[in-house]
Amino acid sequence: MSTYAQKKGFGATIWDYLTTVDHKKIAILYLMAGGLFFIMGGLEAVFIRIQLAVPNNDFVSAGAFNEIITMHGTTMIFLAAMPLLFAFMNAVMPLQIGARDVAFPFVNALGFWLFFFGGIFLNLSWFLGGAPDAGWTSYASLAVHSKGHGIDFYVLGLQISGLGTLIGGINFLVTIINMRAPGMTYMRMPLFTWTTFVASAMILFAFPPLTVGLTLMMFDRLFGANFFEVAMGGNTIIWEHLFWIFGHPEVYILILPAFGIFSEIFSTFSRKRLFGYSSMVFATVLIGFLGFMVWAHHMFTTGLGPVANAIFAVATMAIGVPTGIKIFNWLFTMWGGSVKFTTPMYYAFAFIPSFVMGGVTGVMVATAAADYQYHDTYFVVAHFHYVIVGGVVLALLAGTHYWWPKMFGTMLNETLGKITFWLFFIGFHLTFFIQHFLGLWGMPRRVFTYLPGQGLNAGNLISSIGAAFMSVAVLILLFNIIMTQVKNVKVGNDPWEDGRTLEWSIPSPPPFYNFKQLPLVRGLDAYWLEKMAGKKGLTPAEPIGDIHMPNSSFIPFMISLGLFIAAFGAMYHVDDKPWALPVLIIGLVITFGSMLVRSVKDDHGFHIHKEELVQEEKGAKA
Amino acid sequence: MQAEEKLTYETWPASPERSTLEAKNKFLGFWLFLGGETVLFASLFATYLALKDKVPDSSHHLAKDIFELPLTLTATMLLLTSSLTSVYAMYHMKNFAFKKMMVWLSITVLLGLGFLGLEIYEFNHYVHEFHHTFTSSAFASAFYSLVGFHGAHVTFGLGWILALMFRNYKRGLNLYNAPKFYVASLYWHFIDVVWVFIFTVVYLMGMVG
Repeated sequence: MSTYAQKKGFGATIWDYLTTVDHKKIAILYLMAGGLFFIMGGLEAVFIRIQLAVPNNDFVSAGAFNEIITMHGTTMIFLAAMPLLFAFMNAVMPLQIGARDVAFPFVNALGFWLFFFGGIFLNLSWFLGGAPDAGWTSYASLAVHSKGHGIDFYVLGLQISGLGTLIGGINFLVTIINMRAPGMTYMRMPLFTWTTFVASAMILFAFPPLTVGLTLMMFDRLFGANFFEVAMGGNTIIWEHLFWIFGHPEVYILILPAFGIFSEIFSTFSRKRLFGYSSMVFATVLIGFLGFMVWAHHMFTTGLGPVANAIFAVATMAIGVPTGIKIFNWLFTMWGGSVKFTTPMYYAFAFIPSFVMGGVTGVMVATAAADYQYHDTYFVVAHFHYVIVGGVVLALLAGTHYWWPKMFGTMLNETLGKITFWLFFIGFHLTFFIQHFLGLWGMPRRVFTYLPGQGLNAGNLISSIGAAFMSVAVLILLFNIIMTQVKNVKVGNDPWEDGRTLEWSIPSPPPFYNFKQLPLVRGLDAYWLEKMAGKKGLTPAEPIGDIHMPNSSFIPFMISLGLFIAAFGAMYHVDDKPWALPVLIIGLVITFGSMLVRSVKDDHGFHIHKEELVQEEKGAKA
Repeated sequence: MQAEEKLTYETWPASPERSTLEAKNKFLGFWLFLGGETVLFASLFATYLALKDKVPDSSHHLAKDIFELPLTLTATMLLLTSSLTSVYAMYHMKNFAFKKMMVWLSITVLLGLGFLGLEIYEFNHYVHEFHHTFTSSAFASAFYSLVGFHGAHVTFGLGWILALMFRNYKRGLNLYNAPKFYVASLYWHFIDVVWVFIFTVVYLMGMVG
């Protein structure tokens, strides 16, 4: 009797999700939590655009505006884009390499709960005296002396959620290196798996500098250290370096998996093998490498001098080369293919011109001398929204439609999907295209209002109208999701009919052990190969046998909860609250105590016995 | 091979830290984690170098005034030796000699405790002799953060090794706990390597001015 098919009560389902270590359920948790934060970040964006729709507006105060833009950026990057990508990595990557789970299921759950509690902590700032207000980059010169606890929420919240991301990255790396099915060589891995691999490696080396930067800021603000206190010998440029040594690789951590999603979609719906597979892999690795060499292009106007600026400008432009390789490979994948225009393919198609525009302005701002003009204007705002929305968000929306059937066993409505696409696509260009010109006309970024008669009125109004389009698009997507889940029409293994990779060879959603027998992979696009050879599925690489599975655990939740509690203690410690220190200690005791329990309690997992698997198969046939 | 199997000296594999899939994952995952830790300490080193001797005014002591070779050299020797004794422990682990492994781990822990004691004495000494406190200058903040982060790692490592020793005191070695001992010793080596850099960059380079 498999636990999989049992109907469960509501409480049992909640407990199941609180303790789960199954990568598919963790993916759903990431998708829900990331979706929630995406909506919050989106609401903040709407508030920004309402405030800026007309000159001299007083929809929000200047102080509140600072908080809103800070939280919009921070939420979208750390709490929406990253976890939504992690949702797809968790849901799909282990299936694509033919694994039964990730390498460290326990750590996978811990990563999610750390992210979740960090995100909740950060957003509680709205109710506890004000949100962070120094911008998402939180430059030390502004942040160190920011009043209230806003910046403390930023520092501690991101520290907790950053730890979750870091261990998530290690987990994916080990999974891909050690857990590939027989025959799944590196050069047969689907592109989404490859980009997950490279992005995870980047996470491993990019997040520790952020950890250190946040720690220094925490020490300065909460424990009286002087890293950024110039009068005491400190230096605020250290923060800028540490932040961008993390921050620039971070944007490639976001965009590479997005490239991976689009690579899957292009080849699936062109019904053609991805053009230039090996050059795609090479370009991915090269972008991952170069991504670490360019951080100072965010600091051209800081005053590092012409030599540093020139080196970083050239390095930045070099990244255009592997990215260009990718663009052409996608175009050539469609060339001569039998293209099917599904909703994911709409997004993929629209992504190419949108992202290329972001790339072109990227080369413009990379030109150090010219950047002195663009710096801190709406031109930069337009540029990074073109790459992040035009790249990452379009990929997330495409991936949602593409993998929804695999994750939930139901198919999102195609008509509604296409309406969402058109509204979002038009709204996106309406919002951000004009912002290039607003920047060139002299509108600085991060201003809370502007005066009439400066030629900025029409542009800002157009931009705000575009934001309304995107909001409606997201609402329709939500409606689509609810309708689809209410109707609950189940689909088969390969609902798009053109699936190429291993995830489409097993049921939707897959059983909790994924593969009854590990598949034998005989080439790139393993499932497609077998279909073309006239077979129903993959050849098993092993006889039916016992399957080893990990136990569920509540400990990840407790470890994360402990840090969440400790963060409050650390933060209110500066206000001389008598309860702060005990709270800090209690929180840390919960965290380290839970870790100790995890260490000393044996956890061998359990086995699904061969007989159960055979019986289940008979049951399915009867 | 299964993690729960009862093994003897004859059936004990040559590399018990990598003989099951779980062990292989743990082994690789821990190496990758150490890669991340390396970047973490690199960032702290960079911060320290940028803020070395950056003090508000001339009443504050600089690196060349406060560091003394005898103390830090003794601490260095203790930690380096503890790294060697943890190698002996792993040698015996690979030979299924549980008791000998425990003896060498105990020596490792004692040496580590000695190092930690010296570090606490050292910090205390700086605070009282030179008013070199965490909050006195950017230099002091950077110094205590870098060396203190290392000290926190030593403390965590000691707790970890002790927890493993107590947990497995009665049941001896198996393929489930052998990788745990192994990665704990990897961690201990890493701490040692970081200290080599701290000794060079902070203390030796600090003393010559």
